[in-house]
Formats: sequence, structure tokens, C-alpha cells
Amino acid sequence: MDAAAALAERVRQAAARAERLRILGQGSKDFYGGAPCGAPLQTAALRGIVAYEPAELVLVARAGTPLVEIEAALAAQGQMLAFEPPRFSGGGTLGGAVAAGLSGPRRAYAGAVRDFVLGAQLIDGRGRLLRFGGRVLKNVAGFDVSRLLVGSLGTLGVLTEVTLKVLPRPAQELTLCYALSQSEALERMHRLAAGPWPLSASAWLDGRLAVRLSGPPAALRAARRELGGEELACAARFWDELRDQRLEFFARAQRLWRVSLPPTAPPLPTEAATIVEWGGALRWVADPAEAADLRAQARRHGGHASLFRAPDKAEGVFAPLPPALAELHRRLKTVFDPAGIFNPGRLYPDF
Amino acid sequence: MSAPILEARRAATAPREVLARLRRALPASALLTAPEELKPYECDGLTLYRQPPLAVALPGDEDQVLAVLRICRATGTPVIARGAGTGLSGGATPRADAVLLVLSRLDRILHLDPQARSARVQPGVRNLAISEAAAPYGLTYAPDPSSQIACSIGGNIAENSGGVHCLKYGLTLHNLLRLRVATIEGEILELGSEALDAPGYDLVALLTGSEGLLGVVTEATLRLIPAAPCARVVLAAFDDLKRAGAAVAAVIAAGFIPAGLELMDRPAIAAVEPYAQAGYPLDAEAILLCELDGTAEALDEELARVEAVLRAAGARDCRVSRSDAERARLWAGRKAAFPAVGRLAPDYYCMDGTIPKKALAAVLGEIRAMEKKYGLACANVFHAGDGNLHPLILFDANRPEQVARAEAFGQEILQRCVAHGGSITGEHGVGIEKLDAMCAQFGADELELFHALKRAFDPYGLLNPGKAIPSLHRCAEFGRLHVHAGRLPHPELPRF
Repeated sequence: MDAAAALAERVRQAAARAERLRILGQGSKDFYGGAPCGAPLQTAALRGIVAYEPAELVLVARAGTPLVEIEAALAAQGQMLAFEPPRFSGGGTLGGAVAAGLSGPRRAYAGAVRDFVLGAQLIDGRGRLLRFGGRVLKNVAGFDVSRLLVGSLGTLGVLTEVTLKVLPRPAQELTLCYALSQSEALERMHRLAAGPWPLSASAWLDGRLAVRLSGPPAALRAARRELGGEELACAARFWDELRDQRLEFFARAQRLWRVSLPPTAPPLPTEAATIVEWGGALRWVADPAEAADLRAQARRHGGHASLFRAPDKAEGVFAPLPPALAELHRRLKTVFDPAGIFNPGRLYPDF
Repeated sequence: MSAPILEARRAATAPREVLARLRRALPASALLTAPEELKPYECDGLTLYRQPPLAVALPGDEDQVLAVLRICRATGTPVIARGAGTGLSGGATPRADAVLLVLSRLDRILHLDPQARSARVQPGVRNLAISEAAAPYGLTYAPDPSSQIACSIGGNIAENSGGVHCLKYGLTLHNLLRLRVATIEGEILELGSEALDAPGYDLVALLTGSEGLLGVVTEATLRLIPAAPCARVVLAAFDDLKRAGAAVAAVIAAGFIPAGLELMDRPAIAAVEPYAQAGYPLDAEAILLCELDGTAEALDEELARVEAVLRAAGARDCRVSRSDAERARLWAGRKAAFPAVGRLAPDYYCMDGTIPKKALAAVLGEIRAMEKKYGLACANVFHAGDGNLHPLILFDANRPEQVARAEAFGQEILQRCVAHGGSITGEHGVGIEKLDAMCAQFGADELELFHALKRAFDPYGLLNPGKAIPSLHRCAEFGRLHVHAGRLPHPELPRF
């Protein structure tokens, strides 16, 4: 019996006695979402790249494959995961990256995890191994379940295999820095994003805006000439540390809030330490004095705030859903996992 | 020709009562019930199936959309959303017992925010109108299906439409931020947000491409991108299809993501050149059009590199556009492919399958063999960069045995797409056209889950019933691929 079939058998047993399961890759994101509970269901045996052909821009790998293994295979062919999933504690698996749905600095310019998912295999709550999507870049047959699974935090089933679109690594990268206040930085981000520049990341912290450009040498030479600013040395390390949350800002934060906003929303009215990413669409706020207010502020601007990492999460991790949407979520959960065995409480407390 | 598959189902309430309720809820100008008024709506772009609906509702605002849905829900009446009716797979084909909910009057761009680079639009806005409105700000809406002068954004969302530029700029889903969706209960759901994500499940992803089975989009916020300052195209000619296929792979493997990468085979070139005078070499087995965009300065360097890659891959001849006029001329041939092929035979059947790029030469070889087997010619145009085939099978619809052969030909192409690891539809959707082919693409467990998903949104099965997802019974009964041929309608629209 192969590893996926063995897991499916384990799921059927659990479903029969309504035993809760906690889907576990490397556990690098255990801090995220509601507290994990249930018997661990390890995906480690689902390991390895199944198919990778650089000219197809398609990579298929088993869900328990470490991200570092996938990224090394891609780098050897001059390609990358353009959504730059964070590698917390240096680790994480492909399945975990897809289930968490978190994207890194390139997200605002290249797309999110779900934009690069082409297909997925899943064990549902009845222990059935299901296949959705495909191994081609364009495919509109059937409901797009593969992408629905992105960010579902394992509440809909056990991912066993994922197919991703991958992209060439840019020929060159260049990071420019500017000393600016937060509101000046936001304005600069909008102005740059409206221009012809090959932006691939932006971040404001400690009174400095860093902008990464990626592309052919001639495009970067033109950008360097036109955009001024100071070139950041060791830029690759800076963006990696931001992506993997290894900067001092993250180490210091006890209660870290992730606030997702329309990019043009003004600076949040807080004294707390803040990092702005994604051209203004993502704000990290460390230990705000007025957490309840943060969630209300986010809502007022058309966004949402999640309590990304904290010793206790009494306020709830994710912004509550309006009643009709919450009811739809419960129905969708029941479609995939009628016995309610997968990752209970990880996304919302009631399922 | 196969019998229509959408037999009328007995509604829970008498049609007369349904119509009476609709009359009370809608202004007189927003409800069509007379046979001559229903006629223009009896089919969408799949003209083979014609069936006037019970009534056509033309709501002028979201409240009227909700009112129609509530009446359909209360009376057990099927309801089929329709945009501009340009879809090619019969997603908006009516049925006799259904209300056709036509969203073309919801055609306003509600807000265009140049700084946030987004546009909030109603579903009936034409695709091209969005880019036109964004152009003064140097912005554009990237997805550009070939019918973009007519097709509406609501239909694009229902089909997850692509276009020539989607390898680089993505499909509809990748350019969508937020949806307002009316449920069959007549309630509004807000999905996604004007931020880059939203809490909970990614329902924008699920709704996009769901072909009107889950809800009715009443408003959408779209992402706009800066228009590229400059674009240039390389025309590469090949003496051998295999080399053309390998060149597609070589361009991608060299690290390029072209803004467009199109292939045409010899029969397509032969059809197009006398019609469009694009300057294509008539003696080539295949041509590739490879477009790069960016700043003028960067393009010079990039084009030289891409040309070297194409030559190394065996291109006999390369021509790089030196002006926008020359670029437009080189594209004119590709964009005229459908009407040009349309001159060669009374009818043609446009297929839409996807394959891994490495299978390109093999599949085109198989299609050559099928031409002999079925005694019908086939011209191939191909979104090569993303593996999306559009074989155009030539036939005469007035000769039933030719229709049957064209159907079988198309069916075999789709089977080969699935066998090569591809899909039965890259961008046209399943609708009613590819219901049987779905049985080859998915197993019973997946289909059952699709039906359960539909029930989670639409427990009574009233939203566009019978489309997109075949019943398990149907798959068991057919037990094989079966594809209905359809003539391409809207001859005035470009199709590529």
C-alpha cells in the first residue's frame, strides 16, 4: 500500500469513530491559527517530487515534501516558487504552505499561493482520494477545488499531492532604499506601482522603504538611473529574513497582528511597531495597545486583521465572518468532512 | 445530431403564476415573455441548441436580480444567468421551464481607482470597456478573451476566461479581487476584498469558473495593471512541427515568459495569408508568434536573446517587428485565423483542449492522422505558451454524416488531450458541450463532490441546472466521451 492509501485508511478509521485528526507536516506553522488538537496525522511519508519539467513551468510534488527540497530542485533549473512561501524555523512542507495559504514579499507583484496552484490530490473526510485540477496551465473543467483548498488550514482534508505553476528566476535583482515616513512610503509605493518598473517586493520598516526590482539587466539599469535611492547591499538576505520572519521586529513581537488592507488605506492609527509590505496591502503590527480597535480599523478600511502569533488568542485568530458566509463555510466543511475530524478549530472555533 | 439534453422539468409552480409574480416584481421593460421577444435569447454562442426560455428577465439593478432569484426559489423555477451570450460551450443555453436572467443592463463601471489600480464594475460591463476606461490612467485589465469587444465581465468570471496574454498576466481569477454574489435565496454574499486576501475559505476561487451553478455575480472589483510601455513580436518560421514545438519549450526554458506565444500550423497559415496578408511564409510547416513587452530599452536586449533561442531551436527565419504597425500586421493574421478558416468550408468546429507543451508535436501529428481517418481537414491555432489547442475542424453542417464525423473527430482530440495529461477545456468551459467529456476527466467520487458543493450553495438545484457537471447516471449511461459539435456563432467577433 502506498503512503497516500495508508493515510486514507487511517482517515476512514478515524471517521468511523469520529476521532479528531491534526494534520502534521513539519509543524513549522503550529503557532498559526487556532491551537492544533487531535491525534497527529503525519504527512512525512508523502515525500518527493513526482514530476518536474522546467519547460512546462509545472512541478508536481507530494504534500509532505520539504519546501527547501522543492526550492533547491527549482533553483538548479533557474526557476522558483514565485509566491515565496515563508519558511518558518527554516522549514515547512509543500502541503503546509498550501494549507496555510501564506505568501511572501513577491505576492503583490507575482501572485499568491492560490494563483500558482494548478491541481491537488486530497483525502476527504470519508477517506476517499480525490484529484482536482491538472498538470496543465489552463484547465476550467469542474469546480476549482484545488484553489479552494489553499488557506483552508487542513479543515477540508489531507493534501497528498500538489501541482504548481513555477516561474523562471529573474535574470537580476536590485533593491533600492529610501528614508521615508510611513505615509510617504505608501505614496511612493503607489507611484512606483503605476509605472513601468519591474517591481517584485516592497517593504517599509524603521523609517526606510526598500523596493526590490527583478528583471533583465537593461530594465534594472534604467530603474537604477531613474529611481534614485540607495542600493541595498546583502539584499537577498534582507528579503529572505522578511519572508521567513527572522528580522528582529518579528523576534521581539509577543502579539503579532497581520492586517490585510486595500493598498491605499492610510497608516493605521497605532504607535506600535509596524512593517508595511505588498505595496501597502499588508501591515504587520507588533503588540498594539488597542487590539480590538485594530480589527475595527481594518474592517473600516475594507480589510481584515488576524492575530498571527500570540501566547493566547482570546480575541480569536481570524476576523469573524458575517452570518450568511459563516453558515456557507459550515456547509462546505460538511461537504468535505462530514464527521468533522480534520483540524477542528484551526480556522474558526465552531468547525 | 444528438437529441437535446435539456428536457424541460416540471416546475413546482405553474408557469402562469411564475410569470405573474415576475410581472409584479419587475418593470414592464425588464421582462420579456412573447415568443418573438424570446427568440434572440434561445441560444448562446453554442448555436446548435436552441430553446426559448419561459421568460427573459433584464434586471436594471441588484434589487431586481434578488427579486427574480427569490421568485425562482419560491416557485421552484430554474434560473440561468447570462451575460453577453458569447460563450461557446452552452453555459447559457436556456431551457423551457427556466427564467433567463440576463445581466446586460447592469453595465456600469461603478468606480475606477487609479491609485489602488482597481475597478469596481457591474457584471454586464463589456471586457474591453474596462481597459478603455483604464487607458487614460496608463492602466489596463489584463484578461483579453478574443470576444472581448462583446463578452461581459460576469460571463468572464463564470468561465474564468483567459486570452492571448494569460501566460504572463493570468486568467480572470488572477485579476479578480472581490465579488458580490447573489444566492438562490436572494441574499448577498461579499467574497474576497479590496485587500489582497480575505478571511475564511477562498470562495472567489471557487465561484470563478463555476459557470453560474453556485450564484449570480452582481458586482466585481478587478485588478488593473500598468499598460506595458512597449511591445514587439518575433515571427519565427519552421520547416518542421517538432522543431516548432521544441522552440516553444526552449523559449520558456531560457527564462522568458512571453506576453504572447502563439503557434499556427501549415493549414492555418494557408487559410490566413490570402485573407489577412500578414506576410506569413506559405511554405513553412509552422510559425510561432512570440511577443515580449516592457520598456523599449530592455526589449532590444531581450528580443536579441529570444531570437537567438528560436534560431538555435531550428527556426528557419525570424522577423522582429520594428514598428507598432508592423506588429499589428503580424498579429492580424493570427487574429483573422477563425474567419479565414471559415472561408474554407461552410462550417467549422472550434475545439478547446489543453496539453503539456512537450506533447504538442505528438498531438498535432495525431490530428494529422485523424484528418485522414475522418476525411475532414483541420487547421490548428494554438496558445502554445500555455498548452491550449484550438483545432478548427472543417465540415458542412448540411451533411449529417459530416457532422457526425466532425463530432467524432473532436471527441477523439479531447480524448488525446486527456491521455497526454491535459484537459478537455482550457478556456471555453464545459457548459452542455463537454458534459460527457467530463466523465473522462473526472471519476465518480470527484463528480459526487462537485454535486455536493453545488448543493451547499443551491440545495434545490435551481441555478443553471444540468450544466458543467454531469450526473453520475449520465456518465454511467454514456460510459464514453461524447462531444456535440457546434458552429461558431457571432461571426462578427474575433476568435483566437
